[in-house]
Amino acid sequence: MTQSGYASERETTEGRVFTVTGGDWDTLTGSVDPLSNEKIVVNMGPQHPSTHGVLRLVLELEGETVQEVRPVVGYLHTGIEKNLEYRNWTQGTTFVTRADYLAPLFNEAGYCLAVEKLLGITDQITERANTIRVLFMELNRISSHLVWLATTGMELGAISMMLYGFREREYILDIFEETTGLRMNHAYFRPGGVAQDVPESAIKKIRDFLVYLPKKLKEYEDMLTGQVIWQERTKGVAVLDVTGCLSLGITGPVLRSAGLAWDLRKTMPYCGYENYEFDVPTATTADVWGRYQVRLAEIRESLKIVEQALDRLRPGPIFVADKKIAWPAQLAVGLDGMGNSLEHVAKIMGQSMESLIHHFKLVTEGFRVPPGQVYVAIEHPRGELGVHAVSDGGTHPYRVHLRDPSFVNLQAIPAMAEGALLADVIAGGASLDPVMGGCDR
Amino acid sequence: MGIEEKLPAGILLTSVEKVSNWARKSSFWGATFGLACCAIEMMAAGGPHYDLGRWGMEVFRASPRQADLMIVAGRVSQKMAPVVRQIYDQMPEPRSVISMGVCASSGGMFNNYAIVQGVDHIVPVDIYLPGCPPRPEMLIDAILKMREKVMAAPLGPNGKKMLEARKAEGKVPVVAPGAMPSSYRADKVRRAEWTQAVKEGREEQLRIENWMKLQPHLREGGK
Amino acid sequence: MTIEPSESATDGVPVSADPVGADFDAPAQTPASPRKGMFGISGTGDVSGFGGLVRRHPEVVGTPKPYGGYFDEVADALEEAYPGFADAIEKVVVDRGELTLHIKPERIAEVAQTMRDDESLRFELCSSVSGVDYLNSDARRLHVTYQLTSMTYRRRVRLEVAIPVGGTVPSVTSIYPTADWQERETYDMFGVVFTGHPNLTRVLMPDDWEGHPQRKDYPLGGVPVEYKGAEIPPPDQRRVYQ
Repeated sequence: MTQSGYASERETTEGRVFTVTGGDWDTLTGSVDPLSNEKIVVNMGPQHPSTHGVLRLVLELEGETVQEVRPVVGYLHTGIEKNLEYRNWTQGTTFVTRADYLAPLFNEAGYCLAVEKLLGITDQITERANTIRVLFMELNRISSHLVWLATTGMELGAISMMLYGFREREYILDIFEETTGLRMNHAYFRPGGVAQDVPESAIKKIRDFLVYLPKKLKEYEDMLTGQVIWQERTKGVAVLDVTGCLSLGITGPVLRSAGLAWDLRKTMPYCGYENYEFDVPTATTADVWGRYQVRLAEIRESLKIVEQALDRLRPGPIFVADKKIAWPAQLAVGLDGMGNSLEHVAKIMGQSMESLIHHFKLVTEGFRVPPGQVYVAIEHPRGELGVHAVSDGGTHPYRVHLRDPSFVNLQAIPAMAEGALLADVIAGGASLDPVMGGCDR
Repeated sequence: MGIEEKLPAGILLTSVEKVSNWARKSSFWGATFGLACCAIEMMAAGGPHYDLGRWGMEVFRASPRQADLMIVAGRVSQKMAPVVRQIYDQMPEPRSVISMGVCASSGGMFNNYAIVQGVDHIVPVDIYLPGCPPRPEMLIDAILKMREKVMAAPLGPNGKKMLEARKAEGKVPVVAPGAMPSSYRADKVRRAEWTQAVKEGREEQLRIENWMKLQPHLREGGK
Repeated sequence: MTIEPSESATDGVPVSADPVGADFDAPAQTPASPRKGMFGISGTGDVSGFGGLVRRHPEVVGTPKPYGGYFDEVADALEEAYPGFADAIEKVVVDRGELTLHIKPERIAEVAQTMRDDESLRFELCSSVSGVDYLNSDARRLHVTYQLTSMTYRRRVRLEVAIPVGGTVPSVTSIYPTADWQERETYDMFGVVFTGHPNLTRVLMPDDWEGHPQRKDYPLGGVPVEYKGAEIPPPDQRRVYQ
């Protein structure tokens, strides 16, 4: 606050008179404004109900306005990538699946697609395996967006949305449990196919779910979309336009809410996505409201894809034909989860020596992947999930790096939050949909 | 804990102990400590399907000053460990800790540089709950066992002496692993079933069978 | 294991030395055999012979032109747009349908700028920056890979730089701000120092952590686990198939 910052002044008979011109006015008022004098540093610590897991935000506030925000991540760093180097290629699925725990099947899909590309068997993945993969990935997308709706609703005050979101998610988890044996972190996609076939009871459940969810979605939309408080809290909040998104590497619903229809399922398709009819919803407002619209619409598109995938399911094998890669066990869901089916055990112990040898070698040693490196990217509910896999020709991955969308998207928090109010930081952070497990791996 | 601790031993204290423990167990307020995947199952347990509100636990206090149960749900990384300890220290007595999931109990599948191999390295744990992640029903079972443990907790200085005496006799844990669950104790028929099963040595079997009878996809005979 | 020919005046043909102190009817002194046991192994007692397997690390060689697909277009466009192409590019590898350009570390920022700005390249999105530690297979151990995506042309390209431990790489944050945290992660996990980075600190590990965990010579850090009376060593100390 030097003299040069003040307007020119002179003493007169009336007292001190300031001559203020143009830009001087703000400096003058700013220097005596009592509110602006106080800068508080607030730590929204790793343990906080509104930060989507263990995210730490260090905020510099002036009044209610955020001047600076520094996100600190790493509170959930698990060393998954290093752990993978000490496990089989197949065992890698179980580790990778726990990175982003709200969309485990996507982590698995990215990893398996990378391994299959390294093996060179991408074309040999059977039709049924691809269809099942698409089916389950879309169901997982729906459940992930439901959790997003639930937690964002709760953070913005619509607490009943939390209950509704988790209730609908239970139906999807039932379907997953029926097929994979687990509600979360399934380890269902394996390099070469899927672990177990979809039972009839699960298909029936999916069909019932397809009828059930649209009605409920309509209810939630009615509850939130027209509501003034929701609109006030989401419209114009946390705006990040296309340039900002692209330079920060943001992909997914955030980028689509800014208007760019970039969806890897359409632009660089995988797993047979080019054969499905669906739209890529976008919004133009680039704010939390736009992202809400985009995610709701994406749930509806995913329902369409699930229906098409169900109609497309034809009987067939679920694993590649190459016995040296295909997981041999013909797993089945038993009383305590998924494990070797009894027929398979009978076969390897009683009938076929070759099957026993294959089983033994595949389970103890695993298959070898020719050396090289690949990068495979899929459209994760939060953006582009990339897997950079390097092989040195052995049975263990040499290096696997997960380019997780949450990690990259969180870089946008300062861009969205600085200059906004504290409550908008929450809304903006929620709209990015970060999952700290994926962010920190 | 206040005036209850200062009461002289006797019938009055026993009744106060029972009432106080009953009040504590019926209204556990959890501190939100969801870290990773187990946090989602904890939220699902709080959701409508597996309602924790049945036991007065639907409210998770964000402030540890108002909480008495910390459910460490998820993997605790090295960076997070001081935070866990700080939250635990900020909780007022009487407090309990449930370590939910294998990662919190023992490091789980992540036996590496980044994860603390069991949150009991940092805070004292009352109930360990394995699972990856444990189903909401398993979490509810752990909470029910926690309630039994709290119900049996002693009050006052004599209570502590009593606890020491029990330890010396070897009668801990207070709630033995095969103890009758509260859901069975409440129902006469089931209580009789349970006592019969204990005589035959198959009480865990009975629990599993009864649970399976309630699962639709297992009712139809598996697969 | 090579067999050293013993020194002798005759041209390299090995002859045995005369026995020392030989008496007329005493047995010949044979030199002590270096071999132990029946199979000549030491260590684990692995008699299968697989323990002696030596796997050759394949050398990554550049692909000759033409590369196929859009790779030629990308390489030609980059050559046109970036004048120092010839001495910036170390090699070009086309493998499994992906193009990898190995660049000299000091040129990476300029190359990235060209890739982003040039009309026929337009790689707007830097998808991923990650490190790999090629201990024992490359003198310049630490590699950093930049995955670039062109949304205009729907293409992907990988740029790779290699530095020895202690080397530095210019940061591409000023060109691709998304690389901010990703370079921090590469620094945190591998120790690659990015010059010109606005805030090169640890992002995943605690700030005062020592060491770079994802390097190959950093131990996994697990503890042995006791299960039903037996003790299982942590994953990096078990005997496993390589």
